[in-house]
Amino acid sequence: MNCIIIDDEATARAIISQLCANEKHLHVIQEFPNAIQAIKYLNQNEVDLIFLDIHMPDFTGFDFIETLKNPPKIILTTSDSNFAIQAFEYECIVDYLVKPVLQDRFNKAIEKAKSSFEPSKVVSNLNREETTLGNDLYVNIDRRLIKIDIPSIYLIEAKGDYILIKTEDKNYTVHSTLKKIEDKLPEHLFLKVHRSFVINTKKIIDIEDNSVLIKKDVIPVSRSNRPELMKRLNLL
Amino acid sequence: METPNLSYITSMSGGNLEFENKIITIIKEEFPTEKEEFFNNLNKYNFKLAAGNVHKLKHKISILGLEKSYGIAVAFENNLLEGNSDLSKEFESILNTITNYLKQL
Repeated sequence: MNCIIIDDEATARAIISQLCANEKHLHVIQEFPNAIQAIKYLNQNEVDLIFLDIHMPDFTGFDFIETLKNPPKIILTTSDSNFAIQAFEYECIVDYLVKPVLQDRFNKAIEKAKSSFEPSKVVSNLNREETTLGNDLYVNIDRRLIKIDIPSIYLIEAKGDYILIKTEDKNYTVHSTLKKIEDKLPEHLFLKVHRSFVINTKKIIDIEDNSVLIKKDVIPVSRSNRPELMKRLNLL
Repeated sequence: METPNLSYITSMSGGNLEFENKIITIIKEEFPTEKEEFFNNLNKYNFKLAAGNVHKLKHKISILGLEKSYGIAVAFENNLLEGNSDLSKEFESILNTITNYLKQL
């Protein structure tokens, strides 16, 4: 994989470059101290992967991504863990590394990047009830695999042998279990707050005693799940 | 006060002394500039810009294994973003510790 590194800090660029050197499939072809220079480069060159710092003066990593029409795969590098949820909104972002980056964690990110280049397993696996591909979840409804954008899901409710998946645009009733769908969703975004409910923590409006408001739905939070929910919140 | 160390850099290098020296050289070059920029911004009450400087400096603080100091840097960056300079003395002390350590390398 040909990659570039964008970071305003020379130390950070040198470290990422060294981590790449330890991985035989990675070739660092350019390093940039700011996003503007990288944009000029990308106008004339193609790369497979970008290591991108979020926190840069004038033009942030997210500003940079917004300028790209067809962004390559991106691994974010940052000293802040606060942007993780925002990062998930971009399909091109395959992972999020918090500095200082350790080799083992870096290797995992590279594995994710590699697997994101692999062809979809969806077509060859039509009998499964649901399967995921990047930010998408495919659910089997009336023998059709219907794609659901994972970040748009705000609530999943168990209803006997079925689950009700609520998204920004539409609701889906699928023959499946809460456990099965929970295994397919990103852990950092979704949380089981009750034996019958999994919520998208990013969509929480407020929390009161033992319930949480998501959109217009008031969802019960069981006593055993409450500590994990509170841990996920960026409490002041 | 914690003592800076090279544990992270040596763990990264896998014994590659050339890399270790390269990183140390870069830190020695970059750190004084970032420190100067930080003090300039702090003295002019440009707290948001100073927060950006702290953000960069805290990476070096963590690279040099100063875990508690890193926590102070995170809190100080937040203070600056909120418009106050609480913890500036503590942060200055961390910068002095690193300055002295880098002189010895």
